[in-house]
Amino acid sequence: MIGLVLVSHSRLIADGLCQLADQMAGGGVKIAPAGGLTDDPYTLGTDAALILEAIESVWSEDGVLLLVDMGSAVMSAEMALEFLPDEQRNRCLISNAPLVEGAIVAALHAGMGNRLHDVNAAAEDALNARKVERVPENVKDKTCG
Amino acid sequence: MAQEITLGQLRRWLILYADRIIAEEEQLTRLDAAIGDADHGVNMRRGLEKVRERLLDEETQYADVGAFFRSIAMTLISAVGGAAGPLYGTFFLRAATSPHNGERVDLPQFTRMLRFGLDGLQQRGKAHINDKTMVDTIQPAVEAMEAALASGQSLAVALAAAKQAARLGMEHTIEIRANKGRASYLGDRSIGHQDPGATSAYFLFETAVVALSTPVPKE
Repeated sequence: MIGLVLVSHSRLIADGLCQLADQMAGGGVKIAPAGGLTDDPYTLGTDAALILEAIESVWSEDGVLLLVDMGSAVMSAEMALEFLPDEQRNRCLISNAPLVEGAIVAALHAGMGNRLHDVNAAAEDALNARKVERVPENVKDKTCG
Repeated sequence: MAQEITLGQLRRWLILYADRIIAEEEQLTRLDAAIGDADHGVNMRRGLEKVRERLLDEETQYADVGAFFRSIAMTLISAVGGAAGPLYGTFFLRAATSPHNGERVDLPQFTRMLRFGLDGLQQRGKAHINDKTMVDTIQPAVEAMEAALASGQSLAVALAAAKQAARLGMEHTIEIRANKGRASYLGDRSIGHQDPGATSAYFLFETAVVALSTPVPKE
């Protein structure tokens, strides 16, 4: 099973999202948070060393998918990957998926035993999921009026 | 005058740099509030306070110049938090991989370290000259060092040239538009403001002149 690492500027978001994604996937997914800074957990920021630890905690030969929020989260994640030996780095991937929706979808697909690139593709597709069906304004006017 | 930089001088450099950043926190915050998210001052202060603490600890020992820069890098990537963390972290981490003479570096080696750092920084941040970033300070400074080295100047002259080029680069960021980071969302409205990253990077070259071209008393 691939591992998942959730990188956020906020420790609360990363930790909470791990709980949410794991529960949505029915438990048992290898998922680790990397939010905030090592010594100042509730200061907003990202920490390459913390991300590296998270990768190692969920590492297997199947690889690790990293989901990130924005800005320096990407740079810190890239830096964490550079600390890994080549053979490990080549089995890690930083996803373009939205963090929250992507993490939930990724957890579901990882739990099904899907491969790294397939899990990532599903997570990235979460961008296209619609939450509500909007009735176009002109149609609504006619219905109500 | 010595043409080599010792570990003691490098240590003094980063302590002076930390002092400067801590003293300039408000200015960095003000600059970042104008075009960014106002966190550069507090992030840099937090990171450099950690660096300073480690450097002032008598028990901290460094095997060589590479280990020294690696230690600075690791502290910054874990304590800064914002984009400056991985950027300065990469700068020092790449510098650490450049050749040195154990506990000393000569001018050609030091210049190459800065070049390595700059290249790493540019790969990490994908910024070029005139993007209104710290690259606008560091690139001219490194080029000035390289030019001074090529024309056979002394360490002190090379460091002074780097500082001068860094200052001009930093000031030039006032006139240009941001192409990177949060400031880039402002488009032309970023013109007229000095870049906070270019400013914190200038202090590196400013403090290097005193710290690296005069001997450390007790060494």
